[in-house]
Amino acid sequence: MTAVALDAALRASRRRERLEKLTGMGFAFPATLLLVLTSLAPLVVLIVMSFTDYDLGNLGFKFIGLGNFAKAMGDSVFRRSLWNTFIYVAIVLPLAVGLGLVVAILVYGRKRTRAFYEIVYFLPVTSTLIAMATVWSFLLHPKLGPINALLGLVGVQPRAFLSDPALALPTLAVIGIWHLVGFNMVLFLAGLTAIPKDLYEAAAIDGCANPVDRFLKITWPMLGPTTMFVIVTTSITAFKVFDTVAVMTHGGPMGSSEVLLYSIYLEGFQYFHTAYAAALTVVFLAFLLVFSAIQAFVLDRRTHYG
Amino acid sequence: MASVTLKGIAKSFGTTEVLSNIDLDIADGEFITLVGASGCGKSTLIRIIAGLEPQSAGSVEVAGRPVDHLRPHERRVAMVFQSYALYPHMSVAANIALPLTMQRLSLFERLPLVKYVSTRRPRVMREIMHEVDSVAAQLQIQPLLARRPAQLSGGQRQRVALGRAMVRHPDVFLMDEPLSNLDARLRVHMRSELAELHARLGSTFIYVTHDQVEAMTMSDRVAMMDAGRILQLGTPSELYARPANLEVAQFIGSPAINVLPGEVADGNGIVVAGSTLPIATGLPARSRVSVGLRPESIAPRANATAGDASLRAHLRRVENLGAELVLHCVVDGLDGVVVACRVPADQDTPLNGALELSFSPRACHVFDAEGVRVADRAAPGGAR
Repeated sequence: MTAVALDAALRASRRRERLEKLTGMGFAFPATLLLVLTSLAPLVVLIVMSFTDYDLGNLGFKFIGLGNFAKAMGDSVFRRSLWNTFIYVAIVLPLAVGLGLVVAILVYGRKRTRAFYEIVYFLPVTSTLIAMATVWSFLLHPKLGPINALLGLVGVQPRAFLSDPALALPTLAVIGIWHLVGFNMVLFLAGLTAIPKDLYEAAAIDGCANPVDRFLKITWPMLGPTTMFVIVTTSITAFKVFDTVAVMTHGGPMGSSEVLLYSIYLEGFQYFHTAYAAALTVVFLAFLLVFSAIQAFVLDRRTHYG
Repeated sequence: MASVTLKGIAKSFGTTEVLSNIDLDIADGEFITLVGASGCGKSTLIRIIAGLEPQSAGSVEVAGRPVDHLRPHERRVAMVFQSYALYPHMSVAANIALPLTMQRLSLFERLPLVKYVSTRRPRVMREIMHEVDSVAAQLQIQPLLARRPAQLSGGQRQRVALGRAMVRHPDVFLMDEPLSNLDARLRVHMRSELAELHARLGSTFIYVTHDQVEAMTMSDRVAMMDAGRILQLGTPSELYARPANLEVAQFIGSPAINVLPGEVADGNGIVVAGSTLPIATGLPARSRVSVGLRPESIAPRANATAGDASLRAHLRRVENLGAELVLHCVVDGLDGVVVACRVPADQDTPLNGALELSFSPRACHVFDAEGVRVADRAAPGGAR
């Protein structure tokens, strides 16, 4: 009698468990479907395509294994654009993070004018970079631009910022920094706000009297998690530089501002080498994956003080 | 070790005055407690002494010399915060060592990377770590030195915060509600440890709390504050036995003092609930007064002892505290006034229904309409 009742109860609880599992999967299904359709499936297609010789408009294609990747290794344009991208990141990353931090600390110290400065520095973030690139082209124009006019006032010869091979990439990097500083400032401001006031008071009593000590002992270590996050997002954004190159220099002069994403764009949408562009994109994604992995592992584990 | 003197300290935030004209002399090696409800200005006062907050007027002196122009670390004071304010990114050892490294190493020797160039630094750091070790030994936190604050319990963090204050051998310890983040059991334990620490170090302790029990149990003297003023300054027993006003009387003591409304009688005496108590006040007849009675001064009796005053009451509720009982009674004729009285748990008076609450008139604290103690106003020898 009891054994039968127990058995029935057990079966009922198993049924309930199964039902719960199904309900859960039902709820997760729409989001999973969207993720597969918009991200995962295209990614698979991209990877498959990178092993073919498909060009846009071709009726068929055949697999050529790692042919596209081998071609990329020997492709001087690709190698140069990869190198240029790294240089661009190397200029933008320290300056955009460093200036973001400096501006955040200065703005944080303001009381009445804080909101004003926050808006001023955040404006470039909200603007469309394509439109702003046009404005920058005018500002930097060798003859008409006000920047050269200003330089002229202090006796500096006018520079062709965008058509001098030595200056084009650094100039684009400056615009990239200008666009990123405001965003980084906001992230750092959030980090600064989260530092408890009494830590500074304890430090004042313990002898951290000057701003350098306060920064080194409290602010900088307490901003550790924020800084890690800012570094990763800035690296990813800088690595994806495209708009300014496409509008202002078209990779020139003499390939001096060719960057990875712009090369992919040319291969895929100007020369219609779809499969080759796919292979370059796989390389591009591999780099982004490294940055994301740093964020996922280092960021989550190391810099939290609990 | 040093005395602390406050002269006419005032503080306003905008138009709000939080402290007005505070004068306080704290002797060398004294344990003084600033006690009061939240918002009474006690924390602001201790922060002014520490130098974390500038006063609007007045002067702070440590060991007889003004420190108003000195920054917090130059005042030779140490502070323990309610939140402990430990540096979360540093080990316990580094937390305790920080005041010493700031003192003994130059800015150059503290800079990241550059510091390794210094040849003096390793020797100084060895000395510092030696001192950190001895402080940690005193507080029994040596095994925790390598840990981060996040890995410590509340009581352990409390000890680290104490260690960070002790390591500098300050003249004055400032403590801003240091026990209020601990659980009740640990708080009782830390109370006695702090008192022992004070006895051992012999330094001046200025302690802020809203808990009258902490104030009563640890201090040499207590300054009870309200609305930015010191209501009364005295030893714990003075505050308990002779509260200067009704607010002090009601704040100090647990269970709280019983307050009965009364009126000065035509002759001499006070009319409470229809019966006249033989207490001289010196106040004009018909003046409103409050009569305060500590719960332990009242005894429920079948028959009043000769010379004692008594009030008729009904028992409403009994609280058993183990060793004693707290009887909550409603006084007849004073609707809604509940009187608590403490009696031994083994007492034999039948505890039900109508009672006679008897007490000595000498045990009554009488306060006038403004809440000021009457005896202090009347001529000496007046009613107590």
